[in-house]
Amino acid sequence: MSDQPHAFLALFLGVALAFPLLMLAVAWLWVRFFQPAKPGPRKNATYECGLESTGDSWIQFKAHYYLYAILFLIFDVEVLFLLPFAVAFTGLSAGALFAMLAFILLLAEGLVWAWHRGHLEWK
Amino acid sequence: MSDTPTTPGYTPFPAAGNISDAEREDLRRHGILLTSLEELYGWGRSNSIWPLQFGLACCAIEMIAAATARFDIARFGAEIFRPSPRQADLMIVSGTVTKKMAPQVVRLWNQMPEPKYCIAMGACAISGGPFKQGYNVLKGIDRFIPVDIYIPGCPPRPEALLHGLTQLQEKIRAERVSGPQAARHLQPDTASEFPVPDYGAHDLQPPSNPKLFTAPVLPRKA
Repeated sequence: MSDQPHAFLALFLGVALAFPLLMLAVAWLWVRFFQPAKPGPRKNATYECGLESTGDSWIQFKAHYYLYAILFLIFDVEVLFLLPFAVAFTGLSAGALFAMLAFILLLAEGLVWAWHRGHLEWK
Repeated sequence: MSDTPTTPGYTPFPAAGNISDAEREDLRRHGILLTSLEELYGWGRSNSIWPLQFGLACCAIEMIAAATARFDIARFGAEIFRPSPRQADLMIVSGTVTKKMAPQVVRLWNQMPEPKYCIAMGACAISGGPFKQGYNVLKGIDRFIPVDIYIPGCPPRPEALLHGLTQLQEKIRAERVSGPQAARHLQPDTASEFPVPDYGAHDLQPPSNPKLFTAPVLPRKA
């Protein structure tokens, strides 16, 4: 092998730069010399299945939703751990039982906290 | 430069320059391929026509059949039905164009980038077909947008659509890059947008694009 084992990276970089630039240059030359650009208000309009677009695309989305997404995670993670816990329940040691209990209590505490703060009511 | 192929059989590119088709065929057999950029351009474009995914009536079912394995429009490089006009080259007006739908069709045509082509598929898209006397059907899409290929039939079979496509391919291959016979999209002064009709009290306003369409006049004897 050569002294510069990473020289091919420079080659990749060169090709990665040259290839799109070549394509863009050909497209630019094509428009410049052969195909004149013909923009227009209807052509540039927002595509909406042929209908004229109405209203503003900058709609506001209530950021409160993220709290529900996080609260959903409580149940999601709980189910994920409860299922193998239930399957292996008879063979578990007392330490594992207490560990699982602490885990569920931690999650439940999060839910109780959110409930207490009134996050479960949609405002 | 000849526009019609003279040698029998398939030649990848028709004659370029002063060399005859027979000489070119001879060269091709020896592994030398001669062409011009113009022919290469037309050859590439004609074999990668992307249609707009867009169906209006029963003809659309035949269009879908043409895309399936039995008829396989992919053999002609036109299998990539695009769901957006921004990526489409070909509008297949497949079916009855009602007056309610006509403005949307014209707007979609306007939103397609050039070069673009239009196939009027079936009797309805050509002339209104069996609904020509109806109050709510446009009597041919060529009243509002320029149609390149007309495919008659009610509905035309998928083979007919494929034949129309190959006819369009021949038309594209015959287009010139420069000069007075240059293709429509290469001429700087041709319109790229066509007026979208409005819903009037009884008909579309205007009922047709006067630059594109003049109603045939029936000469009457006095």
